[in-house]
Amino acid sequence: MSAVAAASPVLRMTGVTKRFGATVALDDVGFELARGEVHALIGENGAGKSTMMKILSGAVAPDAGRMEIDGRPYAPSGPGDGLRSGVSMIYQELTLAPHLTVEENIMLGREVRAAGWLDRKAMRGKVREVLELVRHPEISPDVPVGRLSIGAKQLVEIARALVNRSRILVMDEPTSSLSQEDSQRLFEIVRGLKAQDVGVVYISHFLEEVQRVADSYTVLRDGRSVGSGTMEGTALEDLIELMVGRTITRLFPRVEHAVGGPILSLDRLKGARMAAPVTMSLSRGEILGIAGLVGAGRTELLRAVFGLDEIEGGAAVVSGAVLAGLKPWGAIRRGLGLLSEDRQGEGLALALSVADNMTLSDLGPYRRHGLLDVARQRRSVAGWIGKLAIKAKGPGQTVRDLSGGNQQKVALARLLHQKASVLLLDEPTRGIDVVSKSQIYEWIGELAREGKAVLFVSSYLPELLGICDRIAVFHRGAMVEARPASAWDAAGLMAAATMGRTSGQERTDERSPS
Amino acid sequence: MSRRRQAGVSRALNVFGPFIGLILVIALFALIPEVQGRFLRAANFKSVATQSVIVALGALGMTLVIISGGIDLSAASNIALASVITAYAINAGAAPLAAVVLGVLTGGLVGLANGGLVTRLRLVPFIVTMGMMGIARGAAKWIAGNQKIDAPMTWVNELMAKSPRPSWLLLAPGIWLVIIFAVALAVALRYTVFGRHIYAVGSNEATARLCGVRTDRVKVLVYAVSGLFCGLSGVMEFSRLTVGDPTVAVGLELDIIAAVVIGGGSLSGGEGSILGTLVGVLIMSFLRNGCTMMGWPNYIQEIIIGAIIIVAVALDRLRHRKD
Repeated sequence: MSAVAAASPVLRMTGVTKRFGATVALDDVGFELARGEVHALIGENGAGKSTMMKILSGAVAPDAGRMEIDGRPYAPSGPGDGLRSGVSMIYQELTLAPHLTVEENIMLGREVRAAGWLDRKAMRGKVREVLELVRHPEISPDVPVGRLSIGAKQLVEIARALVNRSRILVMDEPTSSLSQEDSQRLFEIVRGLKAQDVGVVYISHFLEEVQRVADSYTVLRDGRSVGSGTMEGTALEDLIELMVGRTITRLFPRVEHAVGGPILSLDRLKGARMAAPVTMSLSRGEILGIAGLVGAGRTELLRAVFGLDEIEGGAAVVSGAVLAGLKPWGAIRRGLGLLSEDRQGEGLALALSVADNMTLSDLGPYRRHGLLDVARQRRSVAGWIGKLAIKAKGPGQTVRDLSGGNQQKVALARLLHQKASVLLLDEPTRGIDVVSKSQIYEWIGELAREGKAVLFVSSYLPELLGICDRIAVFHRGAMVEARPASAWDAAGLMAAATMGRTSGQERTDERSPS
Repeated sequence: MSRRRQAGVSRALNVFGPFIGLILVIALFALIPEVQGRFLRAANFKSVATQSVIVALGALGMTLVIISGGIDLSAASNIALASVITAYAINAGAAPLAAVVLGVLTGGLVGLANGGLVTRLRLVPFIVTMGMMGIARGAAKWIAGNQKIDAPMTWVNELMAKSPRPSWLLLAPGIWLVIIFAVALAVALRYTVFGRHIYAVGSNEATARLCGVRTDRVKVLVYAVSGLFCGLSGVMEFSRLTVGDPTVAVGLELDIIAAVVIGGGSLSGGEGSILGTLVGVLIMSFLRNGCTMMGWPNYIQEIIIGAIIIVAVALDRLRHRKD
């Protein structure tokens, strides 16, 4: 354990073991967290991070091992118990009530009462205080949470944990839906918490971010703790090696591919939810990255092209055919495929099987005399499971039981299965482990080599720079500029995304009028 | 290994869960000496089956609606309307077959209206079909002049006969219709694209839309099919009563929904099966039958069936938590 942690641990876990049936989720894991320490918990999906955090929060009871908070034994009987002991969690999946307002969500279960009545004034004061703390005082406490963007929801979630004045705060992928700017603010918040002696357990896939914010780290692999130490003097490559148990030679495998003729062109396309019309074109065999802050209009563009939002003006042309007025089923027929950014809410029907999720968009080939050839469907799906190395018991397993990375593979496999020639990918690597990410990059490259066109929306700049041929930047609903990836660097992309202008260079004619 | 066994057990529970309930109900009455003799007779089973036909037909269509994530509160009113239309047509001198077809189509039309309103106006199915419940009931009373319509006896009245005319049929033609349509629907749900789409829409409509499923079309069809089955059920109601009665089947939609839910249907969509629904129908019919034989008053039956619904759904929850 780190030197800091040894001084005065606020939390000590020793020999924690948890089995689920035959699978050992955690095997004799130890963990120490000091006051005012930010301790990163790193590992691939399925390495045991979430199980460990569920045990800490009290949601799951360990089979063996002990926990101490401030030297006193800690054995929570449930999440409420954990909360009372000063352990707060911020989950990756949002846990807000959409119909309640920001204030009602933040104060949920902690309502201030005066003589039996709600003390609205006192609550408002507290809410303002925590919104100030997350540096977003402009979020109105009276807005129903359902109307906020996903990034703002994440901030409300964080605010809710802060109002609790916890001693131990667990953050599970807190930045996965935040813009770069909001992530920066989050790091400042974390530093502020440190100063108040709060111990923070920080779980993230963004290793650069972990390196910046954490004092120490613990790496889990296959339910075991395989290494821990101070972040200072530890190289990223070392962390990755510990996580995967081998060296990843290239994080962004490049598959050689040639860019062909145009396949999708947008001519002043304006969807119902887009702030400004967009003009751009995409060629066969091209990977076009779309950068921008959360809420910059990237998702809205994809949804308009795919027919999920109404088109108010302009036109989208795919292989010579105009798409305007199409519904998703028509778009799919024209060879389009969309990977949703909201994997669990929209991308997948969690209660249905891998087979149904993978083939739902193209059941036609299995139809014989009006009936489905279920055996053939399963065989075909089993083939994809093998080809894409999806960790699933078989085609019949429900998608809910898969890890995030494997769920994403199923969603992507659907587009491959339907043989989409234009793939609209919205944050395809959000919240998934390094190895799955690297595999997804490789498939995207393979697709380009086969002559398919990929529109790749991402908030993670290194991956855009790593695998795209061209990158377009969006700012406040409008496209700022598109350039070959080699003509961008991270700073330039960030400047364009945050300020809506590029550093003095000439603009291409693909700039959209705003 | 133990996990696999557990999974096997829970899958078995999924398939046989409703059956266990049915067997328990039958065993209960079979063990009570006072009714044993009368209860455990083929003739009694036959009469229970015949009494189940009307609810069963309605429940077949309702199963599709509930799997798709919807609800059809207008089912019982629709049944009454169809029975009135059938009687009216026969009374007016129409050929019996034409009257039956007219009755069934009336039901289908009401269903189509439900589906159209749900998808076009983007209204919640609960509200649309609650409104339709009143509209269909009112229309039935209007057409019937607020009284029963007497109609001359035709072969239509033999559809629900306990001893069918060609005696090799063994069961009332209505029962055979239920069996035939149940098999057809079960196959359609499991082995057709339409069936997969119904489950997908009920499980996650956003995903279905993303996958190019024409969700609105699926929903309209589902309500239309449900309406057709209500129409057929109405014909059976007329066949049983030999009159078209606009006040018949009040509250029956709740029995129909209860049958689907006892059979494993989830009101949040994505779950349910035809086999389960039929078992649900039989559980309720056997309970009514047994209670009547015991001489228990009606209110006892109501309390028991109410409790059964809650227990069935609670067991369903438990099963899911284990998964």
